[in-house]
Order: sequence, then C-alpha cells, then structure tokens
Amino acid sequence: MSSVTKLKESNTEQDYRSNSLWRLTLRRIWRQRSAKVGGSLLGILILIAIFAPLIAPYDPEEVLIGKEDVRKRQSPCIHLLGCPEDQPQHLMGIDGNVRDEFSRVLYGAQYSLLIGFTTVGFAIIVGTILGLISGYYSGWSDNLIMRSMDVLLAFPSLLLAIAIVSVLGPGLQNALLAIAIVSIPVYARVVRASVLQVKEQDFVSASRALGASDRRIMFVRILPNAVPPLVVQGTLGIATAILSAAALSFLGLGAQPPTPEWGTMLGSERNQVFTAPHLVFYPGLAIMFTVLAFNLLGDGLRDALDPRLSQVRE
Amino acid sequence: MLQYTIRRIFLSIPVLFGILLVTFVIARSIPGDPCRAILGEKATVEICERFSRDHGLDKPIPIQFAIYMGNILSGDFGESIRFSRPVTTILLERLPLTLELGLIAIFLATLIGIPLGVLSAVRHNSAVDVVTMVGANTGVSMPVYWLGLMLAYLFALVLKDTPFWLPPSGRLTAGLVAIPFYEVWGTGITPESTIYPIVEFFANMYILNSLITFDWVVLSDSVKHMILPALALCTIPLAIIARMTRSSMLEVLRQDYVRTARAKGVVERTVIRKHAFRNALLPIVTIIGLQFGTLFAGAVLTESIFGLAGVGRMLFEAITARDFPIVQGFTVVIAIGYVIANLVVDLSYPFIDPRVKLD
Repeated sequence: MSSVTKLKESNTEQDYRSNSLWRLTLRRIWRQRSAKVGGSLLGILILIAIFAPLIAPYDPEEVLIGKEDVRKRQSPCIHLLGCPEDQPQHLMGIDGNVRDEFSRVLYGAQYSLLIGFTTVGFAIIVGTILGLISGYYSGWSDNLIMRSMDVLLAFPSLLLAIAIVSVLGPGLQNALLAIAIVSIPVYARVVRASVLQVKEQDFVSASRALGASDRRIMFVRILPNAVPPLVVQGTLGIATAILSAAALSFLGLGAQPPTPEWGTMLGSERNQVFTAPHLVFYPGLAIMFTVLAFNLLGDGLRDALDPRLSQVRE
Repeated sequence: MLQYTIRRIFLSIPVLFGILLVTFVIARSIPGDPCRAILGEKATVEICERFSRDHGLDKPIPIQFAIYMGNILSGDFGESIRFSRPVTTILLERLPLTLELGLIAIFLATLIGIPLGVLSAVRHNSAVDVVTMVGANTGVSMPVYWLGLMLAYLFALVLKDTPFWLPPSGRLTAGLVAIPFYEVWGTGITPESTIYPIVEFFANMYILNSLITFDWVVLSDSVKHMILPALALCTIPLAIIARMTRSSMLEVLRQDYVRTARAKGVVERTVIRKHAFRNALLPIVTIIGLQFGTLFAGAVLTESIFGLAGVGRMLFEAITARDFPIVQGFTVVIAIGYVIANLVVDLSYPFIDPRVKLD
C-alpha cells in the first residue's frame, strides 16, 4: 500500500516538474508580443495548408476554359465589392493559363511550409553532427570542418544556391537540396559554440568518469544545451529558406509550372505586371506573410529563450 | 595594426583557396558539354575536340585546376566561351553598374536605417518605435523581386503623367549618351592606352561620370533610372541595419555611464550622440559589412527585373549558358570582394572604438 502511494507521489512529482518546465518556457514565449503575432500568423498558415482542399473553390491546376465565362488574366471579381452576381467569383482573379489564382495561392502555402521545414530540418541534422564533431574532438577535424564552413559562408548564399542548382539541374527537389547545403554552416557554428561552452563542465566530466561513450556524451549530455539556440536559429532560418526557394523558383530554377508555388507563379507572370498586377501582387504578398510569421516567431523565441537579450528588449 | 592586417590577409588565404576550389568544382560539374552549348547541337566530334583543345578542356582535371590557379594569380580569368572575349574585360564593363547600384543602396540603407534605429531606441515602445519595427520586420520579409515589380508598377504606370513618374528599366533614356569624362576633358586616351580600362571603368559609372563632367541632363536621367532598383535593393539591408541599431542602442542606453552623463546634466542630444551612439556603433558597422553579400545576391534579382546589364545578371546568364570562365571569374571576384569587405570592417574597429586592440 505504502509503495503504491510512493509510486503515485513520485509520478505526480515528475509530471508536475516536466509540466512546469514546459509551461514556464511556453509562458515565457507567449509573453513576447512578436512571438504571439508570429505564432498566430503561422497557425493560420498551417490551417490554410491543411485545409486547402476544403477552402479552395477550384482545383489549383484546373483550367477553366469552356467551364466558365472567364478570360485569361481577368482581374479579381468579388461579389461583395460590386462584381455582378451573375459572374463567377474569383477573389484574386484568373491567371495566364485561365486558372483560379485564389485556389493556387491557398495551395501554395503547402509548398512554402514544406520547403521551409524540410530544408531547415536537413540543414540542422547535418549541421548538428558537424558542429558536435568539430566542437567535441577539436584538433584537425575541427579545423577541417570549420574552414570548410568558412568557405561556404564566403559566398553570398543565394549565389551559391544558384550555382549548386545549375549543377544538379532545375527542379524543386534540387533547389531544396541547394538551399539546405547553403544553410548548414550556420547550424554547425551554433552547435559548435554550445559544445565548447559546456564540454569542460563538471556534469560532462562526471559522465565521462562513469564510462559513458563519446556518442552518448555528445548526444545525451551536450546536445540538449544547444537546443534553444538551434530552435531560434532554425525558425529564422525557415524564413530565409522560404525566401531563397521562392527566389530560385522565380528565376526558373526551382519548382516548375504548373506547380502552384508562389515563386514560380510570380516568375511566370512577371512580364505581365503592367497588365495584370494582381497575378504578381498576391503570390508576393503570400510569401511576405509567411516569411514575416517565421521572422516574428524567431524574434520572440530569441527574446524568450535568451534571458540576456530579453532584459534589454523588455 | 600592420601586423594584424598582414596576419588577417594570410589567414584569408586558405579560405580564398577554398573559394577557388569550390568555384572550379561547381563550374566543371555543370552538366552538359560546353562545346554543344556554345556551338549548337550539330557541332561535329572533330569540331568539339578542337574546341576542347583550344579551351584546355581536354587536359586532366587537376592540371586544369593548376593552370586555372596560376592564371588567376596573374590576374587572368580566361576568355568567355560565349563571347570569345577576356572575362576581365567583361567584368570591368559590368562591374561599374553593379558597384554604383550597390553603393547607392547601402548608402540609402545606412542613411535611413541608423537614424530610424536610434529614434526607435530613444523613444522605446512609442508609436515611432512600433511603426519602425513593424516596417523593419516587413522589410526583411519581402522578396526583393516582388518589391521591385510592385515599385515599377506603381511609379511607371500608376503615377504616369505625374511628376513622380520613374522609368521601369534601363540605365538611360533612349537617345541620351553618357560621354566619358576622358573624352569631355580631351585627355587623348584611346582604347589602346594602358590606363584605358581604368578610366573606362569609372566612366561606366554614369552618375559619377555625369557629375564630374557637369552633364546635368544625363545626371538627372541616370539618377531617375537608378532610384527604383536602389530602393528595391536597399530594403532588406535598411531593415537589418535599423533593427541592429535599435537593439545595440537599447543595450547601451541602460549602461551606468549613460545615466551618469544624464545626471551630470549633459544635454540629451549629446548623451545620445556622443555617449550612447559611439558605443553602440561596433555591431552596427559589423552588420553593414555583412550586407555586401545580401547586396550581390539581391543584384542578380534586381538587375534582371530592371533590365540592367550588371554583374549579377551576367553571372546568372553565364550559369544557364554554361560559360565556365565567366562563372568562375565572377564568383571568385564577388567572394573576394566579400572577404575584403569583412576585413575592412574588422580593421575599422580600432577607429570606431579605441578600446579595441587588434592582436
């Protein structure tokens, strides 16, 4: 009986502790105005991406010739704003291939978020491994890895990404790989800095004295210390990755038509900016909002997770 | 100082070597045969063999790299496959425009960004601060090419027939010619002269050229053509500079010596300018130095939108046309420029803050 009570007690204590740590962090993040705005924007975007098939009035690749009385690159028709009721409603107009622009913009959210998360995910994994090795073992491996990172950082990142895509060939996958490669150095540096900060501390030495393997020390003892800066850098990195991917698609090196990717949509209608500005305006606006959401969230996370900075900013 | 400079330059050598290696590898890995890309699909095997021999493409890769390194060290970037002209000549033709555009953009970004940042730090949490920071966050989130297209639409079409109209593309209105300053001054310099590439380089900066030759018509026309691209290009650096200035100023304004200065009764303006701003300057200068990379990447997009024949657009075209020598030469020059910009920033620290010792 007593052992059962003890077990229960320790359970609740553990629950309470893990709960409070998470809650404390979340509360600290939520207190940041920019995190609140960024997080809400991102929430809306994620909902749009998930429910795009339900919200979008048309299929993003459906050509409306013969189905509706619409013209190529027709301006938006919004019933609330005085567009005649007998005409079909197209909130963002019709694109150059007679498709509903609004539906395409909605579906674009899926691509943008996918691009952001996969590239940064890949870059974080590779960067973390390189940073861990470099910081933990020091010596020649550190020199080799960090100097290679310096070389990658010496190129303006978009130019390097363009060059890599030209080697791999245009296409969404290759563009993602290029952007991921270009973003690795930042994460390697962040992780390496955290490793150097803690690797001489007592809890690491204690772990080593207990006979823990290098791999266990690196991943279980040291790596958790690098998580907060990685989360901040990663969130801001997603913003940059989305912008770069859109730029590559705009130049014709990323996603290819008819993919409803915002950069591609913008790129294919760029010469029509004087005759059909709405086809350039809306995809760009969508890119801006998405990037803004991640930037604001990243700023808020930084202020919340780095107490030194938050003192300054509050 | 001199010792530090020399050591820094030596330390840059491995990075520069890495840059050369990466550029070489990338340029050689671009799929497709340059011969077929340049001479067309119908080029015969014999013609392609001769083409490879002429351009040194038949030698083993390591030897090609050694030759390439040797040439670069002697300032020779080779000959463009597409144009059959020296890469250096093409670079000297294209660089002035990009340089002019980039300098105007960074100048605008600094000139507007720093005061905005200072103002929002001083009036922390006021309406000015909130508006500036919302603006700065929006600014860093905007795709450069989108902003460029929207500006072109607004100023070239919506504001047509108003005094605010601005041209959406090109460097000069058709019919206008920027006469090089060395011709106006009657220096007698001809394309055969040794200093011709240098004077031509400066003459190709139309704003500078028309300024020193007092050609007001060309000056106002080239400035008008430059406003929109420079505006588009400066937005991101401007936002970054404003944000960095604000956070750096906020940190300094909490220091004891600022409070002491205020307690002594020093005028607020002097406190801000002399006590706070000078101490906040280091991170701001660092971030300005880092913007050169953003500017070059932005130049690729901006130049292609505004129909400007600069380095960025040339590089992009060269990549799609598999013109190796241009890709290599231009990338190396851009990367070296980036390394130099950061070196200059490092070396400027002791001038900004005498407490910084370089050793």
